[in-house]
Amino acid sequence: MDSKVPKGPLAAKWTQHKNDINLVNPANKRNIDIIVVGTGLAGGSAAATLAELGYNVKTFCYQDSPRRAHSIAAQGGINAAKNYQGDGDSAYRLFYDTIKGGDYRSREANVYRLAEESANIIDQCVAQGVPFAREYGGLLDNRSFGGVLVSRTFYAKGQTGQQLLLGAYSAMNRQINRGKIQSFNRHEMMDMVLVDGKARGIIARDLVSGKIERHSAHAVVLATGGYGNVFFLSTNAMGSNVMAAWRAHRRGAFFANPCFTQIHPTCIPVSGDHQSKLTLMSESLRNDGRIWVPKRMDDAIAIREGKLKPIQLKEEDRDYYLERRYPAFGNLVPRDVASRAAKERCDAGFGVNKTGEAVYLDFASAIQRYGAEEALTHGIKNPDEKEITRLGKGVIEAKYGNLFQMYEKIVDENPYETPMMIYPAVHYTMGGLWVDYNLQTTIEGCYCAGEANFSDHGANRLGASALMQGLADGYFVLPYTIGDYLSKDIRTGAIPTDLPEFDDAEKTVQDRLDKLMAGSGQNSVDFYHKKLGKIMWDKCGMARNAKDLQDAIDEISALRTDFWANVKIPGKADGMNQELEKAGRVADFLELGELFAKDALTRNESCGGHFREEYQTPEGEALRDDENFKFVSAWEYKGEPKDAVLHKEELKYENIELKTRSYK
Amino acid sequence: MKLNLKIWRQKDAKSQGQIVDYPIKGIEGDMSFLEMMDVLNEELINKGDEPVQFDHDCREGICGSCSLQINGEPHGPDRLVTTCQLHMRKFNDGDTIVIEPFRATAFPVITDLIVDRSSFDRIQQAGGYISVNTSGNTVDANAIPINKHDADEAMDAATCIGCGACVAACKNASAMLFTSAKVSQFALLPQGQVEAVDRVQNMVRQMDLEGFGNCTNTGACEVECPKGISLENIARLNREYLSATTKG
Ligand SMILES: Cc1cc2nc3c(=O)[nH]c(=O)nc-3n(C[C@H](O)[C@H](O)[C@H](O)COP(=O)(O)OP(=O)(O)OC[C@H]3O[C@@H](n4cnc5c(N)ncnc54)[C@H](O)[C@@H]3O)c2cc1C
Ligand code: SF4
Ligand code: FES
Repeated sequence: MDSKVPKGPLAAKWTQHKNDINLVNPANKRNIDIIVVGTGLAGGSAAATLAELGYNVKTFCYQDSPRRAHSIAAQGGINAAKNYQGDGDSAYRLFYDTIKGGDYRSREANVYRLAEESANIIDQCVAQGVPFAREYGGLLDNRSFGGVLVSRTFYAKGQTGQQLLLGAYSAMNRQINRGKIQSFNRHEMMDMVLVDGKARGIIARDLVSGKIERHSAHAVVLATGGYGNVFFLSTNAMGSNVMAAWRAHRRGAFFANPCFTQIHPTCIPVSGDHQSKLTLMSESLRNDGRIWVPKRMDDAIAIREGKLKPIQLKEEDRDYYLERRYPAFGNLVPRDVASRAAKERCDAGFGVNKTGEAVYLDFASAIQRYGAEEALTHGIKNPDEKEITRLGKGVIEAKYGNLFQMYEKIVDENPYETPMMIYPAVHYTMGGLWVDYNLQTTIEGCYCAGEANFSDHGANRLGASALMQGLADGYFVLPYTIGDYLSKDIRTGAIPTDLPEFDDAEKTVQDRLDKLMAGSGQNSVDFYHKKLGKIMWDKCGMARNAKDLQDAIDEISALRTDFWANVKIPGKADGMNQELEKAGRVADFLELGELFAKDALTRNESCGGHFREEYQTPEGEALRDDENFKFVSAWEYKGEPKDAVLHKEELKYENIELKTRSYK
Repeated sequence: MKLNLKIWRQKDAKSQGQIVDYPIKGIEGDMSFLEMMDVLNEELINKGDEPVQFDHDCREGICGSCSLQINGEPHGPDRLVTTCQLHMRKFNDGDTIVIEPFRATAFPVITDLIVDRSSFDRIQQAGGYISVNTSGNTVDANAIPINKHDADEAMDAATCIGCGACVAACKNASAMLFTSAKVSQFALLPQGQVEAVDRVQNMVRQMDLEGFGNCTNTGACEVECPKGISLENIARLNREYLSATTKG
């Protein structure tokens, strides 16, 4: 696998590369069309920037407006190595934290570029009018996220993703107004069209009319987000899916590290079978919340039976297990570590809700600490406990008010008065389409950005780094690298849509829709999706082993056969049909899920979010195998997932010494 | 819980719609309103009927996809929540619940409970942005300090999710709360000043073109807004508009 990483010292690679690559002159850009599928942070920022440069851009999203992409839901923040706090941050430190956080399974050069561009993102967003949180002096405020020892996370209350996406969307709107972007909303990409081996267009379905459409371009960017919904229950939006990436995979784009999935430690626990999605409680809460379970089993049982309340438990009867196990990072260990630790306690019988699958996230000490601070700064002498609590709650509300409100609405308990209950849930997928340094997939002219690619987070992503990556890809990387590719296309002229390749692709899509509609009608789409999710969670979740993974492969394969024979989709394909939309997505998840399990089975080591029970230290920490697995798995499609062929991109660490990750 | 649902069914934009009764049982208080709809749809599918179509995506109150007029109120009886965050514990066993799409000329029905809110996009395309290119060399983010109070107020305005409940709540189907939230975010920030005059004029013009009604200050929008967008924004928009017309 040729990653096309430029030569030269790490810190000079990106600048040098930008100087070396070809540019397209402004007059020629007018003759070049680019399709951007996805309008989240990655796609929205890429589309706006490419249009600013003068290319003709077409965007696609399945929601009714680009502004509703899943990025809108990101809560906690976005990292940038600005060092505004003067706490020793630098591009190198952000780079180092990201590589280490990813358990040494990401590509050095990409990550360094990301760290370098991070500061530009904040400048750009502020210029667009993104209302980041500020301090009283009028300067930008920061908070800390897991796995790092500096404060580099910028935020807009608990709605950072919303504000950043609205920023990118406003930049898109400016280009729509100028006629440089045509946005196709309520459209779904169903296939990619290759002409002479190059990505030259897509087949999309208008989700309102049901019409199948052809769209051509000189290059296609996929920024279609992650595939966490393969687990059915996740923190992703209901419509998040793998279809676009999977269709590209079937056309020749290699799929990298599908088993690298992030299970986020702080989500609201499952409440029953009706559950349709899980809600994240942002990692930023771990700045102030302390995680614990009862020390004694009888207390845990009493709590589960509703005979004991958590606030009745004395300090010495609580087990702040993260602080105990990882004194250096405490509650701010990376996500994979925090999630496994919660599972370990719950499996051992210390869970605190009815199902035994929940731990506490407690703000009582933070409320006291902030309350005392506030009293001091406001010159309140000898405040009583009530006053301190009131002031402290005020601070917590200002910081996390919307999250606390969300929690209360869902759980019907007041988290200012009693600790939150949380449990790990599927949240993010580090795996995705393989891309080289230029973000090009193994299909020429097909680029991939944001969560949909595999590039920067290795086996575990650090908090507040997905927003950073999406915007770095879209605003600052793709616009350059795609220009280099397109410089060869200035004489090509518009790509016609009546080529046989478009006929073929359209026919493939139509046949697939017909086949879906022709199912015998035994079971609903959700029936299959839930079954798949259960296999994934039980056998490919927080802890995996060879036997379970082999079972998962067999079970998913059988489920897929059953799905195609027996799925039931009411209505017709020639109009709006949400069941048909779901069916198309679940069909692809049923293939991806199997490849996921196969990837996990092949990787005989534990690293980051991929924890194989066979490979752990006596203390239960992940045991990496750098000698044999220091590579990216890139899978080539060969029909059934079981026939996929593994290609390896060896990872070279020239600037960082490989170490066992330690957060003790 | 047993409930009697009365739901608006409409095949497509051209067809006539009607309310259809759907009795349902086994609903639990912990379910969200949309999970209750999932249960209904699963039943309908298993019976061979067509499920009820409705917009939704994030299911956590932030994307603005979900809508629904529930017993005459956009996003239902609870305050400061979207339909996806509304829980069934707010209802009682035996309740009748009428579920309709958001109603407004500028929000035509696509099918069942789904409406077309692209008019909101067009209002923002008309000027809801700051014209800045992506160059990597704009000024440092801390070069212009912004008063915390202004930044916080801009943020409050910016939290609008573009759901359209304000329009559905208004007897005139006015989009003033939405538009004013967008205008306010930029009006409160120094970055927004340069284009302020054109922005407010263009956005208001587009709002009128889309067929939204006039604002008669009833305040119904603020009550139903899931994000607590305040009427002060409308006052600010009016001020901005007035000063723009005198300047322009
Ligand atoms: C609840 C939550 C909170 C988070 N908080 C944070 C945080 O605080 N900080 C952080 O850094 N990260 C956070 N993340 C992660 C981060 O939000 C995502 O990784 C990131 O936003 C993904 O952006 P994206 O642009 O790659 O894709 P998305 O925003 O998922 O966008 C995907 C786009 O693709 C479109 N699309 C998909 N399939 C198709 C198709 N077939 N045809 C047409 N269009 C299609 C969609 O319509 C959408 O426009 C959070 C994630 C979740 C779930
Ligand atoms: S102002 Fe409130 S009700 Fe209106 S669109 Fe925005 S969030 Fe929805
Ligand atoms: S589904 Fe996103 S706000 Fe309700």
